[in-house]
Amino acid sequence: MSGEGEPEERERRARIDAMLRELAPQVLGAVIRRFRDFAASEDAVQEALIVAAARWPQGGVPEDPRAWLIRVAARRMVDHVRAETARRRREELVVSLVPPEEQLALGPDDDAAKAGDDALLLLFMCCHPALSTPTAIALTLRAVGGLTTAEIARAFLVPEATMAQRISRAKQTIGDSGVPFERPAPEDAARRLGAVLHVLYLIFSEGYAASSGERLQRTDLSGEALRLARMLHGLVPEDTEAAGLLALMLLTDARRAARTGPDGELIPLDEQDRSRWERAAIAEGVALLEATLPRGAVGPYQLQAAIAAVHDEASSTAETDWPQILALYGLLQKMSDNPMVALNGAVAAAMVHGPAAGLARLDELAKDPRLVEHHRLDAVRAHLLERAGDIDGAIAGYRRAAARTTSLPERSYLLERAARLGAAPHER
Amino acid sequence: MKYMLMMNTPGGGPYQIASWPTQDIRAHIAFMKDFAQKLGASGELVAAEGLAGPDQAKLVRAGKDGRPITDGVFPEAKEFLAGYWIVDVESAERAYAIAAQASAAPGPGSAPLNMAIEVRQVMSGPPEDWV
Repeated sequence: MSGEGEPEERERRARIDAMLRELAPQVLGAVIRRFRDFAASEDAVQEALIVAAARWPQGGVPEDPRAWLIRVAARRMVDHVRAETARRRREELVVSLVPPEEQLALGPDDDAAKAGDDALLLLFMCCHPALSTPTAIALTLRAVGGLTTAEIARAFLVPEATMAQRISRAKQTIGDSGVPFERPAPEDAARRLGAVLHVLYLIFSEGYAASSGERLQRTDLSGEALRLARMLHGLVPEDTEAAGLLALMLLTDARRAARTGPDGELIPLDEQDRSRWERAAIAEGVALLEATLPRGAVGPYQLQAAIAAVHDEASSTAETDWPQILALYGLLQKMSDNPMVALNGAVAAAMVHGPAAGLARLDELAKDPRLVEHHRLDAVRAHLLERAGDIDGAIAGYRRAAARTTSLPERSYLLERAARLGAAPHER
Repeated sequence: MKYMLMMNTPGGGPYQIASWPTQDIRAHIAFMKDFAQKLGASGELVAAEGLAGPDQAKLVRAGKDGRPITDGVFPEAKEFLAGYWIVDVESAERAYAIAAQASAAPGPGSAPLNMAIEVRQVMSGPPEDWV
């Protein structure tokens, strides 16, 4: 509008963008509920969002933005089907479609609760166990997160055309597999929600592992996972693991600034500058945990969050309550067969009982076929050997791990540790 | 996970393909086009390039003053990269399966070439479990 500066206009666009991102899954859910065609609904909602993003900054936001978007998307759906039908059979609309005069009736019956429900059902749909994990991730980011194909492609470092194909095939799979748009049966609910949590956790991990060159995109991805986890927690406030996942993300993301050095190098927990941790995020995560743990249905995400909280509340590695962490890993190992959990448990054991205790655990773990020759086993063993004073063993271990890792920053870190030890003692 | 699939060719002269009968050349090229197109359609293709023949390759070293010294005309024994694909797949097994398809590209007389395709994982950012 006249007299408005550039920063104000940018801010208004940013607010409208944020609103559209939040409404997108609710609108998509509503349209799928009516038309039952995931792929076509997704296209139609995309078109409606594009129109809104173009018109609302100048023309103003409608009084009921969600209803507006649903109306426009529904109209697009009808147009699309009409064009398809005309192309194929040159006949009038079939009865299964909503008659044109009823189009305007779509939307207003959505109240906030129903809209939230639709977003939740959409999340369940995109994370259905019938879909492969990469498919679920791409679909969730697209349909629930509202990210563009280009944004998702950049986040996963593939060409846009490749990601477009994947999303297109994912939408096809949903249609073909008959994944329904409805609440999971009560006996399935826990498993289905678990699948959603798993997908969100993977998105967060991808984003949290910010590599140097693509840091910007990757940060957006973990931020996106956080936003979706927050949305989910709001939709199922009674679910303790959803709360646990949100807490875990908050407590982990709080450390992000301290994790990476100026050259993009990885800084492990015990060397991080804790003054760079986000105190507000830590406070929020801790408060959420304190409200959730007493409810009693403690699961792996809550436990991982509790471990993160113990770390985040300590002012240094030395001041960390390692016995508590060791106990928490003990509980976590009862619930999770993941060998990485056992590895971390070994580190905690070393911090409490000394390196020999940790090394003894690693000897046991080395029998696990999943860990044989795994670089992380070598890396952790090298750390403990270093603490135990076996410098030659540590150097060999770091080098072995460096040769086998497929992560560039991790390889640099391991080689550097080996080099540091190989230098004369006064140079270390 | 991203893997690079590398197709090598013996060095020295131009690509052997240049000496094949025309229809065999066409069949080979058509195969490669179709192969790449299918990888695109499956959402697995990240990059694919063919490189100019080994007879056009140069080895470059820095001279004492930092300026490039180029060296050409190589002994027969050396192998050169003819082309590569980078694919983003869910498992190493899938990468090997794709490489096997490339390996079976047709050569002279329409017989599968069964070339050895080198497959190596492309290094990535920090691992998931670093969290």
